[in-house]
Amino acid sequence: MSGMINAKEPFRFYTRLHLSELTGLKASTARELLETIKTVSGSCIYHHTHRFLQQHQYLSPEPPNDFAYWVSNILGEAELGEKLASIDIIQFSTIRSLREKIIDTIEAHLQSNHSTERKFASPGAEFHFIKSTSFIFPTNHTAHNLEELADVLKKISIDSIYFHIFEARLRLEKGNNDLSCWIEKDIGNKELADEISRLDPYPYTLEDLRKMLVNIIEESLHN
Amino acid sequence: MAGLNDYIPIVGQSVIDDLRLVADKLKGKVVQHINSTAVGGGVAEILNRMVPLLTELGVDTKWDVIRGGGEFFSVTKKFHNALHGKREDITQHDFDIFMETSQKNVEHINTHGDIIFVHDPQPIALINKKSDNKWIWRCHIDVSNPDRTVWRFLKDFVDKYDAVVFSTPGFSQNLAVRQFLVAPSIDPLSDKNKELSRETIDAVLHKYGIVERKPIITQISRFDYLKDPVGVIKAYRLVKRHIDCQLILAGGTAADDPEAVKVFKEVMENAQNDPDIHILLLPQNDIEVNALQRASTVIIQKSIREGFGLTVAEALWKAKPVVASAVGGIPLQVTHKFSGLLCYSIEGAAFAIKQFLNSPDYARKLGQNGRAHIQSNFLLTRHLRDYMLMFLALYHPEHVVFFGEN
Repeated sequence: MSGMINAKEPFRFYTRLHLSELTGLKASTARELLETIKTVSGSCIYHHTHRFLQQHQYLSPEPPNDFAYWVSNILGEAELGEKLASIDIIQFSTIRSLREKIIDTIEAHLQSNHSTERKFASPGAEFHFIKSTSFIFPTNHTAHNLEELADVLKKISIDSIYFHIFEARLRLEKGNNDLSCWIEKDIGNKELADEISRLDPYPYTLEDLRKMLVNIIEESLHN
Repeated sequence: MAGLNDYIPIVGQSVIDDLRLVADKLKGKVVQHINSTAVGGGVAEILNRMVPLLTELGVDTKWDVIRGGGEFFSVTKKFHNALHGKREDITQHDFDIFMETSQKNVEHINTHGDIIFVHDPQPIALINKKSDNKWIWRCHIDVSNPDRTVWRFLKDFVDKYDAVVFSTPGFSQNLAVRQFLVAPSIDPLSDKNKELSRETIDAVLHKYGIVERKPIITQISRFDYLKDPVGVIKAYRLVKRHIDCQLILAGGTAADDPEAVKVFKEVMENAQNDPDIHILLLPQNDIEVNALQRASTVIIQKSIREGFGLTVAEALWKAKPVVASAVGGIPLQVTHKFSGLLCYSIEGAAFAIKQFLNSPDYARKLGQNGRAHIQSNFLLTRHLRDYMLMFLALYHPEHVVFFGEN
């Protein structure tokens, strides 16, 4: 009956809103893409691996990251595009390690596929590097137990869900999502915390993810 | 005029709550918009909606308009065309006229705001009044391939701003100042986009002799070469070989624009009295444009160049399958095969239209995706949020800005 257990500290819901900042940097070839990925800020890597998720709420399963989409659809390099799209972001706990994986993937492909280097994006179709600035605000919503947590999750903005599940884990390098951290530490329900941690949130739309989280928590209340 | 609460049924309570959270952090700041006209044109249209909504959110917002005579605005019109990449004969005298009027505005306009938000090139030189307040320059123009002389002239001013705003990544320039990406938006409660009754739609179709039993392909745009209306007729003819359909070309034209009159004449000639081609002049008739879009089976936007192309957002908001050229801001609105179909030629446009007409379920799905995409990214509420976040960003250079509990 951990649903009735009041937490040591309430869970405070935050919301995260983002603003896109242009860098003026662009790439016309896979090589230029690679070299620029090596030098841009982590905010850029974060933006291009998470933008699709936030802007395309209707897409499921997992949408491609911007690099994969551009390589496939603009350069016509389906194989490299597929390799980039299939990078399993949930396996990475830092932007730094994610960037290294993207770099390794492109470098390995260029080494064995010389024809890729000869492909150019037409003018106007270059890859433009954008970085993301996050603004994190406390909301008026708190939860003192699992029941309240599920209730707030039903009505909070998807930006708040996004923040606690994606941004806290990867961009703020907490290593886990905020819900699991709180459920384990303040409610003492490790089983439920682990179940949410194991969930790969990337293949869901944010609305579907909301439903999934509420279901998992409500099921645990009934068990 | 619609207030914030009127948007709740469309975007949800949480989106409006978020706007209030952001606005709260701007308490005490005065935001002053400055542009060149209070009526007419896209900038005035958006400010007429933005300023009351920002005020309702508690952000102290002012709006001032610069003054200028005919000569000044002729020069700025040339600047506008040159920034779009068109060849213009611009002389030192033109620059002198620009500076002379700009200096008068520098003396006349009281730039008292904490944040001064300057729109487009006409008021750009006001930056010479900058004190310790923050200044933003919003460029609404496609400057992806500008005339270098004009751009160099303007860049001296741009470099003095704290930040610059562009509508699409392709307009971004190599600048020393921060550049933000803020796309324009549509207002879901305006006459052009609000829900219409079936009776209203039927009445408009009846008025123009358009029948419902044949598929309707529509392009809404000015009669302008850059919108390629003749190309649209050619695409329609390729489709018509296989599918009995109708074409609507509807939009405005100015009587004092000789080029528009010429384009309209060419369109009429190309239509060759085909009774299934409906060429409609609808300046300033937003309800009828709305009705035609809602009655359409497929909406096309076969532009050769575009600033942003908000007619695409209008069509997608109505959950219509859209075929559009991959130019300007259109690829931001249409992700190929996800929320519409992009095309690069007349034949490509015709092929995409046929795909939609032959596969209604596919067309419906992409139309629904398109509506969801517009709902998340191109409504006025998102535009408001981005502007307020940008105001905050002027005081926060970091990439993650954390506001603790009060």
